[in-house]
Amino acid sequence: MGEQRMDENRIQAKNVTFRYPEEERNAVDQVSMRVKRGEFLAILGHNGSGKSTLAKLFNALYVPDAGTVLVCGMDTADDELVFDIRQNAGMVFQNPDNQIVATIVEEDVAFGLENNGVPPAEIRTRIDEALRIVNMSEFALKAPHMLSGGQKQRVAIAGILAMKPKVIILDEATAMLDPSGREEVMNTVHRLNREEGISIVIITHYMSEAATADYLVVMDNGKIHMTGTPREVFADVENVRKLGLDVPPMTSLAHDLRQAGIDVRPDVLTVEEMVEEVCRLSSKN
Amino acid sequence: MLNDITLGQYFPGNSPIHRMDPRAKLLLTVVYIVALFLVKSFVGYALSLAFLYLVVRLAKIPFKYLIKGVKPLRFIILFTFLLNLFFLTGEKVLLVLGPFRLTQEALFNALYFSLRLVFLVMGSSVLTLTTSPVQLTDALERILHPLQRFHFPAHELAMMMTIALRFIPTLLDETDKIQKAQMARGADFESGNLIQRAKAMIPLLVPLFVSSFRRANDLAMAMEARCYRGGDHRTRLRELRYTRLDGMAALAVCGFVALIVLEGHFFG
Amino acid sequence: MPLVVEKLNHTYMKGGPYETQALYDISFTIHDGEFVGLIGHTGSGKSTLVQHLNGLLQPTSGRVLVDGTDLSDKNADRKQIRCKVGLVFQYAENQLFEETVEKDIAFGPKNLGLNAEEIDRRVREAMRQVSLDYDRIAKKSVFELSGGQMRRVAIAGVLAMKPSVLVLDEPCAGLDPHGREEILKLIRRLHRESGTTIVMVSHSMDDVAQLAERVMVMHRGHMVMDGTPEEIFTRGEELRQMGLDVPQVVQLCEQLRMRGFDIPERIYRMEDIRELITQICKKGGYHAQ
Repeated sequence: MGEQRMDENRIQAKNVTFRYPEEERNAVDQVSMRVKRGEFLAILGHNGSGKSTLAKLFNALYVPDAGTVLVCGMDTADDELVFDIRQNAGMVFQNPDNQIVATIVEEDVAFGLENNGVPPAEIRTRIDEALRIVNMSEFALKAPHMLSGGQKQRVAIAGILAMKPKVIILDEATAMLDPSGREEVMNTVHRLNREEGISIVIITHYMSEAATADYLVVMDNGKIHMTGTPREVFADVENVRKLGLDVPPMTSLAHDLRQAGIDVRPDVLTVEEMVEEVCRLSSKN
Repeated sequence: MLNDITLGQYFPGNSPIHRMDPRAKLLLTVVYIVALFLVKSFVGYALSLAFLYLVVRLAKIPFKYLIKGVKPLRFIILFTFLLNLFFLTGEKVLLVLGPFRLTQEALFNALYFSLRLVFLVMGSSVLTLTTSPVQLTDALERILHPLQRFHFPAHELAMMMTIALRFIPTLLDETDKIQKAQMARGADFESGNLIQRAKAMIPLLVPLFVSSFRRANDLAMAMEARCYRGGDHRTRLRELRYTRLDGMAALAVCGFVALIVLEGHFFG
Repeated sequence: MPLVVEKLNHTYMKGGPYETQALYDISFTIHDGEFVGLIGHTGSGKSTLVQHLNGLLQPTSGRVLVDGTDLSDKNADRKQIRCKVGLVFQYAENQLFEETVEKDIAFGPKNLGLNAEEIDRRVREAMRQVSLDYDRIAKKSVFELSGGQMRRVAIAGVLAMKPSVLVLDEPCAGLDPHGREEILKLIRRLHRESGTTIVMVSHSMDDVAQLAERVMVMHRGHMVMDGTPEEIFTRGEELRQMGLDVPQVVQLCEQLRMRGFDIPERIYRMEDIRELITQICKKGGYHAQ
């Protein structure tokens, strides 16, 4: 890769190792990776593969035992920088119920700004803006427990957005949602990535979500096992399955067809692509 | 959602009483309650009733909501009444009931003390009806703030109250789910003696504790990730400001106290 | 032992200001050995319906009959019914509470008042059914297990009641692909080997398409569709209007048809479409234009 300019990397992990106290093996083991400016990256892996631990290392919730994590050029091991890092790398967690602090939506969105001592007038403009971006303005004065899962997660995203982060990390933020809630959240983060230029890291085990990322990192046993575009990674069906993961249904179909001797492209991801392939192959006859 | 605790018994509105600073409401309610203890005669209670009625009209709350607030305490009030009625002695005997002698003084006292209780509850109901728990928490934090200098954890206390308010509905929901799940496995929460029933609660309480700890852990991490670092240097979205409204309310309450003091002087 | 639901209505907080009707005139019969997939949005009434199936909720009107016993009958033996219709809740691992896996699974049978020997037999049997190794896991604390294992312990806890109908509310919610696959496999096996009647509530059209023999679709408290998967999935447009997905295989068929391929209706399984595409590509005989 050669020398990268510092501000091109939102997150840079170099040989990061982390072990939980009283555990035998490293939860994250010698991991090196980076998240570029404006990138939409997905980290995949089965439960216990170390992907959530890695996410927490990106937000200075954990500090590496060895190696370094730089967030926008700031070392997470530097105590002085912790709050700057957390403001720049916001995090959305899995359980929508367990990350909303306040009893009114807009007060929850304000929570991070209040912690950082932002003046009230500015808090007001920033939370209004953040709620508008995630399409939750009309719920500003509602109680969080009256919202659906997808709406709660969008409130959580707004709370981070209000802090003007450079990167947002979603740690299995869709795992507890129904399909429409998942779609709401995914549409929201894609829009933030596209329109606000915020880098996104999603930790997920939904292959359909991973397939929409620019770049995939597949973890197993605390180590990175595969990297590449979704097309590159999923085309290697055998290896993905070996790591306890799935591939999108159409990729799996393409794989089966190839085994039956049909010359379908191995990197089909969507229904549309499969249709094109069938058209191409049938017109040969 | 009917007994939505985050709303408590809050009756949403935009009346002058609703718009008052919650700190002023809290403090003036305390003053009102103290004044109740200065009441010496039923004339004083008539004055209190008139004052309450005025406030409730201003707040545009149906008066029956105040009565509703008293309802849960009806047994305590009745108990106070009966206790005073039968155990106070006096000169003028009205009625003899077995070992009990009912006197005029006892009747007066019984009415007097139970009315005090009724007004006390109604007065605080006005506060909770026109102020949401969130505002109340806020007010409490700010009123107690000066005590922080003496290491009184005002911010922490308010944060705990907020989190409790936030999580009570979630945990109620969860309790219902776990209870049903155990009933689906044949658990019986309804029959048996006291010990059996207490034992039957274990399959409900253990999962509830486990999940509460998990939630607490998750929440702590989420708060940390959002730069939480205690109460120092923290700003607030909503700033509380005393307005003319609060001044007027304070004057009104002072007037009421003055009347009560006069009442005590002339009728006591 | 059929499960009959007749004109079932359910209203929450009847008479209060927040009164909401969750179920409208639901009627259906589920026969022995069926595998029913129950689909619907959050708030469509699925969870309410499921709780009626073993008497956890009382109908506002209408009735539910299990093996001919009316569940709203005051004299009906609740415990007997609850062991006939086993209900596995969403995130069922949250209900685990005992010190060991074994004790937790024994909770249901114990409540039925069985003797120690029978309880032990049932615990072993249930653990076998969910592929948990008795010798290795029975004495462990439930909190030492992985998420997928905990879920299986919870399912075993219901199976130990020996239900003839097993109702599962979103059994795969929140699990990773491996865990999901395990649970689906185990449900399929229960159905095939023990002949247990299964009602599976799911958001995943793909899962339902691969497993169920009958699909019921709920929308805003109404039962809007009830039929074989073939029948249901040919109504793709209606499903989409209700905000529900259509299995990807069905989407593929629809789009191939639009491109002029002669794809028969009623294809919704991966195996079938694979066969069909193989034929198309090898022979090229299906292209109409």
